[in-house]
Amino acid sequence: MAQFKGTESYVASRELEVAVNAAVALQRPLLVKGEPGTGKTVLAQEIAKALGYPLIEWHIKSTTKAQQGLYEYDAVSRLRDGQLGDPRVHDIANYIVRGKLWDAFEHETPVVLLIDEIDKADIEFPNDLLLELDRMQFFVYETRKTVQARHRPVVIITSNNEKELPDAFLRRCFFHYIRFPDRETMEMIVRAHYPDIRRDLLREALNVFFEIREVDGLKKKPATSELLDWLKLLTIEDMPPEALRSSDAKTAIPPLYGALLKNEQDVHLFERLAFLARRRGG
Amino acid sequence: MFAPFILALRAAGVPASIMEYLALLRAMKEGVAGFSVDDFYHLSRAALVKDERHLDRFDRVFGEIFKGLESPQGEAPRELPEEWLRKLAEKVLTPEEMAQLKALGDFDTLMETLRKRLEEQKGRHQGGSKWIGTAGTSPFGAHGYNPEGVRIGQDKSRHRRAVKVWDQRQFRDLDEDEALSSRNMKVALRRLRRFARTGATTELDLPGTIGATARNGGSLDLHMVPERHNAVKVLLLMDIGGSMDDHIRICQELFTAARSEFKHLEFWYFHNCLYERVWRTNRRRRETERPTFEMLRTYGPDWRVVIVGDATMSPYEIIQPGGSVEHWNEEAGQVWMSRLTRHFRKAAWLNPVPQDHWRYTQSIGIVQRLMENRMYPLTLAGLETMARELAR
Repeated sequence: MAQFKGTESYVASRELEVAVNAAVALQRPLLVKGEPGTGKTVLAQEIAKALGYPLIEWHIKSTTKAQQGLYEYDAVSRLRDGQLGDPRVHDIANYIVRGKLWDAFEHETPVVLLIDEIDKADIEFPNDLLLELDRMQFFVYETRKTVQARHRPVVIITSNNEKELPDAFLRRCFFHYIRFPDRETMEMIVRAHYPDIRRDLLREALNVFFEIREVDGLKKKPATSELLDWLKLLTIEDMPPEALRSSDAKTAIPPLYGALLKNEQDVHLFERLAFLARRRGG
Repeated sequence: MFAPFILALRAAGVPASIMEYLALLRAMKEGVAGFSVDDFYHLSRAALVKDERHLDRFDRVFGEIFKGLESPQGEAPRELPEEWLRKLAEKVLTPEEMAQLKALGDFDTLMETLRKRLEEQKGRHQGGSKWIGTAGTSPFGAHGYNPEGVRIGQDKSRHRRAVKVWDQRQFRDLDEDEALSSRNMKVALRRLRRFARTGATTELDLPGTIGATARNGGSLDLHMVPERHNAVKVLLLMDIGGSMDDHIRICQELFTAARSEFKHLEFWYFHNCLYERVWRTNRRRRETERPTFEMLRTYGPDWRVVIVGDATMSPYEIIQPGGSVEHWNEEAGQVWMSRLTRHFRKAAWLNPVPQDHWRYTQSIGIVQRLMENRMYPLTLAGLETMARELAR
């Protein structure tokens, strides 16, 4: 069996590797939680790449129903076809629209199925998928047929903790919480994304970044994805590392802060801190 | 073979079930974990813990059960109170050095110097045990702490070994009995939203009706669904000023969160205990003041009342007419409190004071009794119980 290891573009900790491999070996869903911007969604893409399986993504919205992942019965077009006298109307199977789960079950090769942000959906959503994820099969009521998975897909589920997930659902999953990376890991992550970034720039940028994360009272702390965006901006603007040094978070707002601070209250907080620091210094 | 581990986890409040235990055993059989303790730690965590709030408890239990499995490297790091370290510094450093450091000021420099000194000591005194005052003057001797185990200025990257990871208890702030932080607060509010979803009326289910009609071969088949809206009405009463200043931040967060969560939210302020007047804006208190009777008349008994306050005051402020600290009240606070609980069917008191301190304050007990025991600590667990109670 293929093993999941961190890839060139994705730095995975040992604990994450163990969790993924356990989920793959036991064919159970893996539930991934963590601060926004720590690479939950990217993980599924990387697992698919590492195992060499195609990836099927199912993004959940607040209006998504579990049934939509299985199939939908398009009653409206059948009604229309019936009124127009279309012969297709006699076979109900013509109006069954397959969902992502069905696609994943019937794929010729094993696939990685990403159920992204499951907590966005209604509170009953995970419960409605219990049996389907457990047995990897479901019954199509309209055609009286059972859809059975040819290969059990590797299911990755992400959650941002907006809702509690039901216990019965959790029992069936493996769980991994992506912790915020420490400085060393962060450096590896940045190097994986921008292999030729200037060493001194990266060092200064990380200094500023971790200082910002330590400031108390931020509404949204910048995370990995924000750091990567910011570094990209810095390299595009060809910012000299000295510009960052003079502006450590305590004395001024870092350049191009828009990539790091996503909320005007946070920017205000920084301005106030900078003002206080200047007054103390002068 | 890991049964004691599972039982200890359950005893510690990690809801691990047989199903998860079997999954763990199967994963072990499949050889997912390899043969290192680190891997076993990661694997059992992924299999048994399903909520990051329980990770800290898991780490604690794991550390206890599997202590000594990996060759131990000295004592597990434990936190020493700052004063002890300062005392230790006084012992180890010369008075001149202390004076110098005092001039420099901060704790970090002090600890840095102390660490260097301890390392030197180790070399000089065969394990650094001698310099603990044998006469018993050292605070360490008495409590049996080995100063070698004092780990100062933890170097984050050095603790890669999992033995250290669980002993470090990195997930402490995700535990639900810890007080709320801004991140935790968001999660807690989702719980409030659940109870906000209960109010229900019915409306026409358009897609359902179309579907059913089509399935019926064209004859109309009406379907109704419950409407999903926030029918719940919340009245928030906040204690402001005085002893509440310590909790201002957490109350602010609760307030912002509640504001975004409930369509029908009304809030009023009071000071220490409810008396005959409440007000809307604390800054313009005089202009926005209203009689409490008016408040009771305005909001029907179906409003959910959430009172936020530390209930920490002199008992006279509750039980005596005229007991208020800021004005002469004709009727005692408890009269007003019971008027409130009699009028509103659902009321609860959230207290930012940690629950294990409650019994040391007499007034909290009195308020607790007035609220008919519906006082909850302002923690994740407390908010959850409150929400459940109010939704009932």
